[in-house]
Amino acid sequence: MRVTKRYRFAASHRLHSANFSEQENRELYGKCSNPYGHGHDYVLDVTAVGPIDAVTGQVVHVPTLDRLVSEEVLQDFDHRYLNADIGEFQAAIPTSENIIRVIEDRLAARWRAAFPSEWPRLDGIRLRETKRNVFELRP
Amino acid sequence: MLITRRAEFSASHVCAQPALSPEQNRLIYGPAANPSGHGHNYVLEVTLEGEPDPATGMIFDLKKLKDLIQQTIIDPMDHRFLNYEVPPFDKVVPTAENVAAEIWKRLEPHFEAGCARLNNIRLYETEDLYVDYAGAAEVGR
Repeated sequence: MRVTKRYRFAASHRLHSANFSEQENRELYGKCSNPYGHGHDYVLDVTAVGPIDAVTGQVVHVPTLDRLVSEEVLQDFDHRYLNADIGEFQAAIPTSENIIRVIEDRLAARWRAAFPSEWPRLDGIRLRETKRNVFELRP
Repeated sequence: MLITRRAEFSASHVCAQPALSPEQNRLIYGPAANPSGHGHNYVLEVTLEGEPDPATGMIFDLKKLKDLIQQTIIDPMDHRFLNYEVPPFDKVVPTAENVAAEIWKRLEPHFEAGCARLNNIRLYETEDLYVDYAGAAEVGR
C-alpha cells in the first residue's frame, strides 16, 4: 500500500550556465535565464510504501514524514532563491529535474533515521513546477 | 487499458486503539485520536483494468460500476460515524489505510469473473493525503 502526502513551497530560480555564452543560455533556457530569476509555487508529493502496521493501522506515521520533509526540504527551500540559498545549486542548475534529485538525496539520506524499521520505504517523489510541468522520480 | 470512476462520501471517525493509553494514541494518531471524532470529505477513485469488449467497445459498463460503488461503499458509509456504524471499524481502526483496504475487499469479488480486473483504489482523506491500494498481493510495489 502507498500513502502520498502533498507539500508546497514557493521559491525562485534562474536557469543559466556559466559554461554557455549569453546567446547560448538564451537559446537553451529562454526567459528562464532572465538575469534576476523568477519563481514558482512548487507542489511536492512524497509517497511512502509498505504494509499496514497491524497495531496502528498505518503504513506511515504521517507526522514523522511531515517532520522529515519539513526539516530536509521545506525549511531550506521555502521562500528562497534556490541558486543563491541552497548549497547543491551552487554547482547544479536548479532545473526541476535537478531539484527533484536533490530532494530525493536529502530524504533518502535521513529516511532510515526517521523510519528505522524495514517499512515504510520511500516509493517516489513528484514535483509540480506549474500546472503544466510535472516531474516524477521512482527510486 | 485503465478506466477510473470517482465517487465521494463524507464520514466521521476516530483513530485510537482501545488497548492503548490516551497518551500513546495521541503519539500515534495526533488530533485524529480526539475521542468524540471528526470528519472528512473522502474522495474515492476506483480504477479497472481490461481490454474493451469488441461488441460493446467498453471495458466495463460505467453505470454498473457507479451503482456498485454506490451500493457497496457510498450507501453504507456516507454521512456515518465509521467506528459506530460501519463494520469492521467497530474493531479495526478506520485509518485511511484500513478504509482503503476495506473498500478493496468489498469491490474486488465483483470483478473476479468478468473481463475487467480491479486495478487500484485511491482514497483521498484530504486533498493533501491519499492512499493507493492494489490488493493484498502488493505489499511493497
